[in-house]
Amino acid sequence: MELYELGVKAAQEGLAKGDFTSTDIVRSIIDRVHSANQAVGAYLTFDEEGALALAEANPKAVPVAIKDLINVAGQPCTCGSKILKGYVSPYDATVVKNLKANGFIPAGRVNMDEFAMGSSTENSALGVTRNPFDLSRVPGGSSGGSAAAVGGNLCIAALGTDTGGSIRQPASFCNCVGIKPSYGRVSRFGVTAFASSLDQVGPMAKSVEDAAIVLKALAGHDEMDGTTPRDPVPDYVAMLDGASLKGVKIGLPKEYFDVAGLDPEVKRVTDEAVKRCAAAGAELVEVSLPHTEYAMAVYYIIAPAEASANLARFDGVRYGHRSEKASDVLSLYMKSRAEGFGAEVKRRIIMGTYVLSSGYYDAYYGRAQKVRTLIKRDFDEVFSKVDALLTPCAPTPAFKLGELQDPLTMYLNDLFTIPSALAGVCAASVPSGATSSGLPVGVQFICGGFEEAKLLQVCKAFEEATGAVTCRLAF
Amino acid sequence: MKIDVAYVSNLARLELTDEEKAIFQPQLEGIVKYVEKISEVNVDGIEPMMHGRPLVNAFREDVVRPSLDREAALRNAPARVGDEFLLPKIVEGAES
Repeated sequence: MELYELGVKAAQEGLAKGDFTSTDIVRSIIDRVHSANQAVGAYLTFDEEGALALAEANPKAVPVAIKDLINVAGQPCTCGSKILKGYVSPYDATVVKNLKANGFIPAGRVNMDEFAMGSSTENSALGVTRNPFDLSRVPGGSSGGSAAAVGGNLCIAALGTDTGGSIRQPASFCNCVGIKPSYGRVSRFGVTAFASSLDQVGPMAKSVEDAAIVLKALAGHDEMDGTTPRDPVPDYVAMLDGASLKGVKIGLPKEYFDVAGLDPEVKRVTDEAVKRCAAAGAELVEVSLPHTEYAMAVYYIIAPAEASANLARFDGVRYGHRSEKASDVLSLYMKSRAEGFGAEVKRRIIMGTYVLSSGYYDAYYGRAQKVRTLIKRDFDEVFSKVDALLTPCAPTPAFKLGELQDPLTMYLNDLFTIPSALAGVCAASVPSGATSSGLPVGVQFICGGFEEAKLLQVCKAFEEATGAVTCRLAF
Repeated sequence: MKIDVAYVSNLARLELTDEEKAIFQPQLEGIVKYVEKISEVNVDGIEPMMHGRPLVNAFREDVVRPSLDREAALRNAPARVGDEFLLPKIVEGAES
């Protein structure tokens, strides 16, 4: 077994025993990147000297690949955009500080849809990322580079971010475990903002236990992010001991199963997951989240609105691309943004500006926030009856590069991940099976706000009931 | 309600080519039409949800602390002069 194949737990054990050092792991990953990244395109950049220097200084640390919108001092942070070409981060994001303080080091920057807007990583302006199990298909997105690196064994674990499904959908496409923590559980300081009321950083890993170890390192209060409460962080790892589905009440929301466009193979894998849960002793009950059908519409008002405000900072003045064709300050803004942003980012800025503009605010943004309250209440109500929800994660397996051209069709990928993001609860994608052609399919578990310990226990027990999901790498 | 992409992109300080306008206009009309689905929902008396978690007033001590070093803040500047960001002339008739 090569060291790059290790998960977090196995790496930590080997490091503790002295079987190998952090430098050995980093070297193994670098070799793997040299041989495989050209095919997969998971990494945008890999500062080999920097990673090796960190490993030398921290011989027991586990390297983690970082999505390219999380700031690491001295490293690029392009957000998959031309507008941040050449940018060098002046400081570490809090999640990076937390990683370093807990036995991890950042190693490599992985690709993503530009500013995390997309579900296939095809919106990256800086490179193509391919699904490691079928190179003609997408890895999902927006954390597609993270998922491809984990699924393709180009890293030990990775950080992703999830605004409407950007950790969970690519995790499902690339056979990894992805956790979207509850809103506020993990600091957003130093993470380039897309939609500030939704964004969360989370782990993408090779097992539930690995994800728990990384989440434990990430989570907690940060005085630089006022939305992180002081609630203590439970020992997510210790709490996995003896995790069982026996007597666990799992809700099956009917709105997630009776859906046009749900791929029959995804439906089969999900139905099999339900049966495994039942066989493992879980109590399965049909439940309803009646406002589910409005979640996509609410999201595509709120997320672009917040994005349009957040991306106003890219004006060619303090950092980022500056147009050389500008004659005055106004044209500097107009042209720098026109030259720097890609099509999807432009669409969302325009959409967001529209729904916030005078005369339309109440009908769109104001109303969307009220419907969001109703969506949140659906989840509050259902979690008074069940411990967790089980749903499909994405409506289809990984699709072909270039297959989805219409923006609205692409948005439908996040049908099952958006409602829980709006409600601010925690959710995960866990490998569950494969299609007849060998593409991985994950299922989604959702628990209430700040119920990560319960979520991870359910996922761990499900993982044990499922056994290893083996898909053949395509390179 | 109909979105006017040319008008809104100007509000967003985003210059679009004629080609982009022609592509985005129908795409955004479709997205706007889709999101108008929320007009079906009765929201009488419902409070808006601003955030993923209800938190009010996260205070910290009001003390001066070191902030980003000036040189570090200027390092990514597209153009600078001394300790300042350099911009094209803003005021009509002023010396640039």
